[in-house]
Amino acid sequence: MLRVAIVALMFALASSGAIAGKGAVQLDNAGARRAAALADQLRCLVCQNQSIAESSAELAVDLRREINEQIRAGRSDTQIIDFMVARYGDFVLYRPPVKSHTLLLWFGPALLALAALTAFLRALRNRRRRANERPLTSAEHAEAERLLSGSSSSAP
Amino acid sequence: MSESPDTSTAQMPALEPKSALRFALPLAIFIVLAGFLFIGLSLNPREVPSPFIGKPAPSFQLTQLAQPEQSFSPAQMQGEVWLLNVWASWCVACRVEHPLLVELARKGVVPIVGLNYKDKRDAALGWLGQFGNPYRLSIADIDGRVGIDYGVYGVPETFVIDKQGVIRFKQIGPITEEVWRDKMLPLVQQLRKA
Repeated sequence: MLRVAIVALMFALASSGAIAGKGAVQLDNAGARRAAALADQLRCLVCQNQSIAESSAELAVDLRREINEQIRAGRSDTQIIDFMVARYGDFVLYRPPVKSHTLLLWFGPALLALAALTAFLRALRNRRRRANERPLTSAEHAEAERLLSGSSSSAP
Repeated sequence: MSESPDTSTAQMPALEPKSALRFALPLAIFIVLAGFLFIGLSLNPREVPSPFIGKPAPSFQLTQLAQPEQSFSPAQMQGEVWLLNVWASWCVACRVEHPLLVELARKGVVPIVGLNYKDKRDAALGWLGQFGNPYRLSIADIDGRVGIDYGVYGVPETFVIDKQGVIRFKQIGPITEEVWRDKMLPLVQQLRKA
């Protein structure tokens, strides 16, 4: 029983050491959750398509450490985000802030969708108008009737 | 609802001015889009605009690489236009720009301070012995904290700092002959006069 406990303890220590890395600070559960959420929102500048949470680049490791330390020091999420933006610019944010030069980025897709919808509705209206513009002649009516009734026996 | 062929031909004249637009508009959209994508090809995604331009260089106090008993702070460079060059012995791209830095130091063009980023002291000193030492002094940022304060994410990086200690320019990646001649040297000369 004691041996089992010792082995379990060793595993626990080894794994916590591996996760924390050297010189890392330990956080309680809530702190760790906050750290993970923050790391998830921040872009790793070395491998730009990964977040700091996902990346194993050294810079990402350092920045995770920085986040942990700042949480430990009692800084708020906003303060930590501001800290990162001050150093790496808006580019670190996966969610870019709404600013004058990001308006197109934020509202461009909605604008495009609106334009497409307008064009589509206009096309529909035109089509309906065109259909009503010139009523069918009686010959055409007869032809339509014949086609709709499904008598395919007629010659072309 | 299906249109028979002769109704559509009957309407052709009415569509005439519109059909030109029908082809021209998608073509115009395509050309604009292709233009944007083409410009995008020539942009370097690694060059992220630095939020530091025009801001005071963050202060720090670090030990010197060659004389660990002595420390250095950017305030000591007050009154001079200088370069802060981030380098490391493990950084391959640093070797590309190194001859240029050595040349600048030999000619005494501008003082260069090296920020030895996340390196081992022995390796760093060995590297300088091998390739030459263009630095007035280097400082050892062993855990990369000063690097974080300067927003360093790709070594080498070089900051041009003016007499008042304000960052004026940041080069990400090796300084090429072109960048030096066209951007950095004119800036250094201009800042000197100020």
